[in-house]
Order: sequence, then C-alpha cells, then structure tokens
Amino acid sequence: MAMAAAPAQRLPWAEWMKDAALAALVTLALAIPIVGLQAIEVNATLTIRPRFGAVAIGVAVVFLGRLALRAALAAGPAWRMPLARLWAPAGRLLASNAATLGIAIIVLAIALPFLPFASRSTVTIATRVLTYVLLGWGLNVVVGLAGLLDLGYVAFYAVGAYSFALFAQWFGLSFWAALPIAGLLAAAFGFVLGFPVLRLRGDYLAIVTLGFGEIIHTVLQNWVPVTKGPAGIGDVPAPTFFGLPFQNRAPPGVTTFHQFFHLDFSPSQRIIFLYYVVLALGLLTNAFTLRLRKLPIGRAWEALREDEIACRALGINPTTTKLSAFTIGAMLAGFAGAFFATQQNFISPESFTFTESATILAIVVLGGMGSQIGVVLAATILVTLPEIARPFAEYRMLLFGAAMVAIMVWRPRGLLAQRAPSLLLRRQPRGGS
Amino acid sequence: MAYFVQQLINGLTLGAIYGLIAIGYTMVYGIIGMINFAHGEIYMIGAFVTLITFLVLGIVGVTYVPLALLLVLLSAMGFTAVYGWAVERVAYRPLRRSFRLAPLISAIGMSIVLQNYVQLTQGARVKALQPVVQGGFTLMEQGGFNVQVSYLQIFIMLLTTALMAGFTVVIGATPLGRAQRACEQDMGMAALLGIDVDRTISLTFVMGAALAAVAGVMVVLYYGVIDFFIGFLAGVKAFTAAVLGGIGSLPGAMLGGLLIGLIEAMWSGYFSVEYKDVSVFVILVLVLIFRPTGLLGRPDVEKV
Repeated sequence: MAMAAAPAQRLPWAEWMKDAALAALVTLALAIPIVGLQAIEVNATLTIRPRFGAVAIGVAVVFLGRLALRAALAAGPAWRMPLARLWAPAGRLLASNAATLGIAIIVLAIALPFLPFASRSTVTIATRVLTYVLLGWGLNVVVGLAGLLDLGYVAFYAVGAYSFALFAQWFGLSFWAALPIAGLLAAAFGFVLGFPVLRLRGDYLAIVTLGFGEIIHTVLQNWVPVTKGPAGIGDVPAPTFFGLPFQNRAPPGVTTFHQFFHLDFSPSQRIIFLYYVVLALGLLTNAFTLRLRKLPIGRAWEALREDEIACRALGINPTTTKLSAFTIGAMLAGFAGAFFATQQNFISPESFTFTESATILAIVVLGGMGSQIGVVLAATILVTLPEIARPFAEYRMLLFGAAMVAIMVWRPRGLLAQRAPSLLLRRQPRGGS
Repeated sequence: MAYFVQQLINGLTLGAIYGLIAIGYTMVYGIIGMINFAHGEIYMIGAFVTLITFLVLGIVGVTYVPLALLLVLLSAMGFTAVYGWAVERVAYRPLRRSFRLAPLISAIGMSIVLQNYVQLTQGARVKALQPVVQGGFTLMEQGGFNVQVSYLQIFIMLLTTALMAGFTVVIGATPLGRAQRACEQDMGMAALLGIDVDRTISLTFVMGAALAAVAGVMVVLYYGVIDFFIGFLAGVKAFTAAVLGGIGSLPGAMLGGLLIGLIEAMWSGYFSVEYKDVSVFVILVLVLIFRPTGLLGRPDVEKV
C-alpha cells in the first residue's frame, strides 16, 4: 500500500546504485587476490592461474544482491510483513504444540527401522543423526541454557570415546559397564578445565576450550604408547543385549541374540539394535535436561545467561553454577563418545577435530539456543543434507559458518525462536476458587 | 650457551610475528570488548596474499629484492585490510546491541567461513615458496656450534620495531588514536562528543588486519610454507600473547608475543617439538588462574 502510494521518482535509486557499487568494489578487492589468482603447483613449482571469470561473477552477484537488499529494506514493512507473518505463527505453533510434535517425532523414531522405506543405510544415517542430537543436547546445556560458549566440545566427546576404547582393551569392560565411567571421566575433565576458567569473563572460556580441543587432539596424535597415535584403536567391543552378543557364530558357551530368540542371523539386527541404544540414550538425555531445567539449578543457569550481575545480587554463586552446567555438558559428551566408539568399532584422532566442534555448535545455534526440538531439526538437516546432496558436502563447512553469521545477524535466537519459558507464572482465574 | 643464544634469536623472531597478530586482538578487545576469533584467519589471508603477490611479481619480472619486498608488504597490508574491514562490517557491526554470545558465535562462524573459503579457492595442499631473502652472518661460535643470525631475522625485528614505534605514535598523538581511546573508555559519550564510533571501530579492524598481514608476510618469508589452516593455531597463540601481556594493552601485546615466541622456541629446543603447542596453552590457563589481568593490564571493572 505504501509502495503504491509513493511516486516512482521518490525511490532513491542513485543512492542505492552508489551503495551497491561500493559493495561491488569491496568484493572486487576481496576477490582479486584470493579467488582471482590461484597459486597452483605445476610441475613441482608454484605458479599463478588466473580466474577472473569467477571474480566477475562474484562482483556481479554482490552488486545485484546489495541492490535487491536495499530495495527490499526500503519497501520496508510492506515486504517484510508477509515474511514475519509466516515465521512468527510457525514458531508459535511449534512452541504451543511442542509436546505433541515431540511425541510424534519419538513415535516416528521408534518405528523408523520397521518402516517400508528404511534400508540399512537409512538406519545408519538415523543413528548418525541421533548421535549428533545427543551431542547437540549436551552442548545445549552449556551454550543454550548456561550461556557459556564451548568451542572445544569435541574434546569431551573424545575423552568418552577413548576412555571406553581403552578400558575395553585393558580390562575387558563391556559397553554397558564402561558407559558410566566414560561419562564420569569426561565430566572430571570438564570440571578440572572449567574450574580455573569459569571465574573469569565468559569470553575467556571460549578461547580456552578452543585450545583444549586442540590439545586433546595433539595428545591423541602423539601419545602413541597409549592412544596408538594416528593409527587409532580398533576392535572396540559392540554392546550386547542383556549379555546376548550380536554375532553370527558365537564363541563356545555364549548364546547369541538370534539363537536366543530363534531368529535367522542378519547383520542388520546389530545396526537396528545400535539405533535403539542411541535412541534410548537420547530420550534419557532429553528427560534429564528437561528435568534439570525445572530444578533450581536449571533456573539459575538460565538466569545467569541473561544477567550475571543480577544473579550475583540475588545470591547465586556464578562459578559453581557455571561449573555444574559445564561439567554436565561434558558428561553428556562422554556418553555420546562411548556410543560413537562402540558404533564405529574403531576410533582415531581424525574423528575429533575442530570441524566436529564447529558442526555441533552450528546445530545448537541453528536450532535455536535452548530449544530441544530445534536441535533435533537442525541435526537432521545438517547431517542428512551432505548425505543426500554430495556436491553440497564440499561446501558444508563454508555454509555452516555463513549460516552461523547470518543467524546471529537476523535471528539471534535461532530459526525457531519462539521458545516457551521453562517456568511460567500462571494467573489464578479470579473468583474461580 | 651457544644453543641457548640461537634459540633466543629464533624465539624473538617468532615472538615478533605473534606480537603483531596479538595487537589486533588486543585493540579490538579494548575497543568493543570481544574476542575477534576471525583474526587468526585474517593473518592467514595476509600470508596467502603475500604468496600470491610474490608469484605475480615473479611472473611480471620484478627481481630486485627490496622493491619486491616493499610491493609485497603494501599489497598484503592493503588487501588484508579490506578483509578486516569487510569482516567487521558484515559480521560484527549489526550485532553491536545484540545479546552477549552473538558476536562471539558470529566471529567463530566468520572464522570457519574464511578458512573454508581459502581452502576452496586456493586448494587444501600445503604451498611452499622458494626462500626470497637468503644469507646471514655468524654471531658467535662455541664448541663447533655456530650461532646464526639471518638477514631475514634482522629484517623481521627491525620491521616490527618500526611498526611498533609508528603505531605508538598513531595511538598516542593523532586524532584517530584519540578517538580510539575515547571509544574504549565510553562509546556512548564519545558519540555524543561527535566521534564517528562506527568509523573508529572500522579503522581499528583495518589497522589490526594490516598488522596481521605484516605477520603473514613475515611467516611466508621465514618459513616459506603455508596452508589454509595456519590461522587457527597462530590465532590461539597470539591471543594467549595478548592475555599474557594484559588484554587491552598494546605494549603488553608485543611483550606477550615475544614471551610466547621465546617459550615456544625454548620448549622445542629443550623438551619436545610435538607438545610445543601444549606449552602455550598451559601458559594461557596458568595466566588466567594466577594473573587474569596479564603482565601490563589493568583490572577490568565490570559496569552494570
């Protein structure tokens, strides 16, 4: 309406053109050395391969994009309203029906291996998705609830994975016996690391955890007598179903799963079982964190995230509160790590790089910090997209990073920002009782 | 003794490079109070621009070394400064009034973007450049061990000293430096007094990026081997240097850089090369426990 009323010459095209031209100029300066001139090795010597076509395309895209953006912004409410009208109710709908949606997702997840389209690879991908959901929920406690930025979350994941693999190797511990130990060890690492750092301003935690992730990686690479270095640890035992292993031919004296239930042996039994193990772990984690959020400690986390000084004035000890969130987050990563080790059957430092930490963080940020369902959706999208679209895999990290920036700029509370508060003051109906 | 002196010289050279990167961290932290995680990648881009400029100069036929060095320095500083400006404009400026974690997450996103952008455009393989500046002289000789100082090491230290001197003048005695110090103290008040805060912050990023680019030039000359991942570790180390020296303090950043360089060189020389990165990290944690304000920093007063 406002658009139609405004006469055409009122639109400041000249200014927009200038602005877009400036953006294009900056892009040109950015792109010429890095995109336009590729340092490439030909016959063992470095030479330059020019690619000015790509630069031209980039500059043109930025010019037109900037122009379109300015025009869209100038159109203002008229253009943005429909988008907002679309988004806000979607978020609200999701928030008000979170319980229903959650149950629907759980039912779907339980039924998944027996659905007609579910092949072995589908179940494997679903297991991967759930592993990331587990990690995302763990990191969500740290980042989403307590507002602490942990950039080395993968370190605790690695501690869990390696402690299980090593305990299995040294003492022959089974998965179920080692699972709590892996969680406790990871929690201990989190406690020891968090203790000195959490007393300080939050930003330091980010860089210390970033460094810690790198240190764990370095130690795993170089401490060859224990971790076997880059070669990794193989033959990590698989979990058993109440003592019944999933094997075709059992060692003498051991009944296998298919013998006990008089089934034909099939390798997919093991895969489906692993899927259910991670699903159970995930549901437990979810119940655990939802419960924690309602407890005083969980409310203290969220309060601390919003305003540390106010919390201190109210008598909340920020250091211990933060430390508890950090330690619990580390413990959840330890569980996920033990599961990862048993599922992969083999672990090496390769699996625990900064890229992994960044992926988990991207899942939490995209899903909306503090939102449990958001993490599930984000993990599903971020894990399955590279599986479906292979060419996408190459640009995966680039897009994750760009998405993190874009989300922070446009929707800092995540794509599905409408999160109901954990605790709500319910008004008593007047005169009712 | 001779070995110690040699490690001392190597450590100081390395420290000069870390110090130049650390200044970018400390300036940005001082003025807007955030850790610019993408700063390590800015340094990496500086190194790539350096490499590419050297190759282009080789093709064009500029073989006179001082001229080539000058052109490379100018090109690296110029192009990298644009990157510094663009990163601030795209990823940080819209978040000035956002919640506490937003700029940090945006910065880490930007760092991932830059890393993968360079990997995709320039390739993932390690790139090696022939040494440009060769030669040096023997400082002392003891028991068959020669203590060498290369011309390059002298060049790096002289350039660092010159830049530091110039920089101190800019911060201390120019209108821009005054505006920066004013914004550091109170952004709102500075704006009321007619200082263009956005422009001042942008220029801070530009200056930090230009210094990181010089560090990039030095690392290409000194090691001759770069890849898209060098910014990560260098960034963590330079940040440690900034914290060690006292974040927000410019001489502190340089001092911290030199100390980190020395510690790393001594650790590699006397203990183990594999764990040299661990040593830096241990220092970071120790400093944070025992002296969070760093060597030259002032205690941070938190305002409501």
